[in-house]
Amino acid sequence: MAKEQAAAIPAQTEAIPVWRTRLAGSFTLLILIVIMAIFTIWEGTKFFNLVNFNTIAIDSSQLLLLAVGSTFVIITAGIDLSVSSTLVLSAVIAAQLMVQLSGTPAQVAAYEFPNQNVAIPIGLAAGVLTGLVCGLINGLLVTRLKMPPFIVTLGTLGVFLGIAQLLTGGTTVPNVPPAVQTDIGLRTVIGFTIAGQQIRLTPPLLIALGIAFVCAIALNRTRFGRYTYAIGSNVAAARRVGIDVERHLIKVYALCGLLAGVAGSFDLLRFGTASVGSHTDDNLAAISAAVIGGTSLFGGIGTIGGTVVGALIPAVLRNGLVIGRVPSFWQNVAIGMVLILAVYLDQRRRATEERM
Amino acid sequence: MTDGAGGARGEPILRATHINKHFGPVRALHDVAIEVFPGEVVALIGDNGAGKSTLVNVLTGVLQPDAGEIEFDGRRVSLSSPSAARALGIETVYQDLAIAPHLDAVANIFLGRERLKSGVAGGLGFLDNGKMREETEQQLGRLRVRIPNLTRRLVTLSGGQRQGVAVARAVMWASKIVFMDEPTAALGVAQTEQVLDLIKRVRDTGIPVVFISHNMPNVFEVADRIVVLRLGEVAAHLDPKTATIDDAVSAMTGSLRGMAAARSEQGG
Repeated sequence: MAKEQAAAIPAQTEAIPVWRTRLAGSFTLLILIVIMAIFTIWEGTKFFNLVNFNTIAIDSSQLLLLAVGSTFVIITAGIDLSVSSTLVLSAVIAAQLMVQLSGTPAQVAAYEFPNQNVAIPIGLAAGVLTGLVCGLINGLLVTRLKMPPFIVTLGTLGVFLGIAQLLTGGTTVPNVPPAVQTDIGLRTVIGFTIAGQQIRLTPPLLIALGIAFVCAIALNRTRFGRYTYAIGSNVAAARRVGIDVERHLIKVYALCGLLAGVAGSFDLLRFGTASVGSHTDDNLAAISAAVIGGTSLFGGIGTIGGTVVGALIPAVLRNGLVIGRVPSFWQNVAIGMVLILAVYLDQRRRATEERM
Repeated sequence: MTDGAGGARGEPILRATHINKHFGPVRALHDVAIEVFPGEVVALIGDNGAGKSTLVNVLTGVLQPDAGEIEFDGRRVSLSSPSAARALGIETVYQDLAIAPHLDAVANIFLGRERLKSGVAGGLGFLDNGKMREETEQQLGRLRVRIPNLTRRLVTLSGGQRQGVAVARAVMWASKIVFMDEPTAALGVAQTEQVLDLIKRVRDTGIPVVFISHNMPNVFEVADRIVVLRLGEVAAHLDPKTATIDDAVSAMTGSLRGMAAARSEQGG
C-alpha cells in the first residue's frame, strides 16, 4: 500500500500549467511588440508601414546570421567573440579575390570587369569558406588546447581583424565590381505590392531567413541539435553516454564561423565593398540578440525563434530612433536597457518554472 | 523472497581479480577481487575513501586499473571506456547524476542512442521522437517505473524524479549488469523505496545489480550479499540474513568484531 502511495507522489508536480510557461516564454516578443507600439504612437505611419518593416528586415539580415551562429555556440555553454572579425576577414578576402579575378589591374582600375561573371561567385564562395575556416580554427583551439572559448575567441577576434587590416592596409577594398551589389545584392527576387506598398525580398534577406529556418529545424529536430543542448546542459553526462563532445564542438564553432562568412559576403551584396572599419561591435550585438532572445549563457537553453526576435529588437530600436530624430547614441542606451530587462524577466520566469 | 542469496550461483557474469589502482602515491585499490552472479544484488559498502567508487569506475570503464583482470561472461575483457562497457551490456547510475537537466526524460534515456527516422530524413540526422517515446513508455511500463511527464525538461522535476530517470535509463539499457553509485543518496523516504523496489525488480529479471550505499537499512533490505571495502581492500563478505548492521559498521571501520564476523562468514 505504501508503495502505491509513493508512486502517486510525483504526479503532483504537474502543477505549473503549460500555457503559463509558454506565455512567459514569449516575453521577448512582448518587448518587441511594446517597442513597436511606442514608435507607432510616436511616429505614426512614418514608422508603421510595410516598406519600413522591409527595410528593418534587410538591415538585420547580417546580425541575424551572426546571432543564429552564436545561439548554437552559447547553447553549448561556449561563446564566440570573434564573429565580427570573421565577418570582416571574410568580406575582405571575398572582395580582394573578386577584384583580382575580374580583370587585369589596369582594367579594374578603369572600372572594366571582363571576368566578373566568374569572379563574383568565386569571391562570394571564398568569403563563405573563409568564415568556415575561421570557425574551424576556433573549434580546434577550444577542443585541442582545452582552452576557455572566451579566451580563444578573444584572441582570434584580434588575429582575424589584424589579418584583414594587413590585407587591406586598413582601408576599404577599392574597385569591387558594382554588379555584385546592383545586379545581385539589391535585386528584388520576390516583389509584391500590399495596399500600394512595394515589398522587396532581396537575396540577403531571403538567404538569412532560409538559413535561420534550416538552423531552427536542425536545433529542434535533429541529433545535431540534441547533442548541442546536451553538451551545454551537462558536458560530463554527454561524455558518459559516449557523445564525442570535442568533435561536436568543432562542428558548432565551424557552423558559427560559416554563418559569419555568409554575413561577410553580404557586405559585398549590400554595400558593394568590404570595409575593415565597420562591424566592430557586431560580436557583442550578436551575443546580445541571442541572450535577449532567451539563450542562457550557462548553456542548455535557447531557441532560434527567440534569437530572431532578439536580433530584430536592436534593428527596430535603431530604425525608430532615427525616424524620431533621436541622437543615434541613444540606441546603445536603449539596447543595453532592453538586454538587462529581458534577461531579468527571463530569470524570474525560470525561477518559478524550475524547482531548484 | 525465495530468490535470495541462493540465486547467486552458476557462472559469474563478472569476475574481477587482483585489481590495483593508484592515484599518485595514494593506493585506492589493492588486490581487490569481486564476483557478480546473475540475479543477485551485491551491496558495496565502506567508509569514505575506502575505494567503492574507484572500484565501480574501474568496472564500468571510467578508470583503467593499474593491474588486474576483468572477466565478463567468461571472457577476459578490457573496459577501455564507458562506451566499451555499455557495449557489453554494463550500465551505470552515477553518484553525480549524469543526466542533462535541460532535456526531457525521453531525450535523456536515449541520449547517445537516438533513434533516427528512416530514409533520407534519418540520413540527415532527424530524430524519431515518437518512436523513442513509445519505446520508453514500453520499457518503463515493463519495469513499472513512473515518470510523471516524459516530455518535460528534467530541470522542472524534483531531485527524486531526476534520479528516477537516471535509474530508469540504466535499467532500460542494461542487458547484463547494472552498477549504481549511491542511487538513493539525494532521495526522500518514498523515492528511496521506489528505487529499492526497482533494484529488486531488475534483479528478478535475472540482471544483477551492484550498488554502493551508506545507508545500512537500505543495504540490508535489498542486498543478497554485502562486500565491505576498507582502505582499498576487501575487508569482509557479509550475508545480510545472518550479519547485523553492527557487524557491517565494524567491518567498515576495522574493529575486531567486524573482522570476526567476516571470518565466520568466509568460513561458513
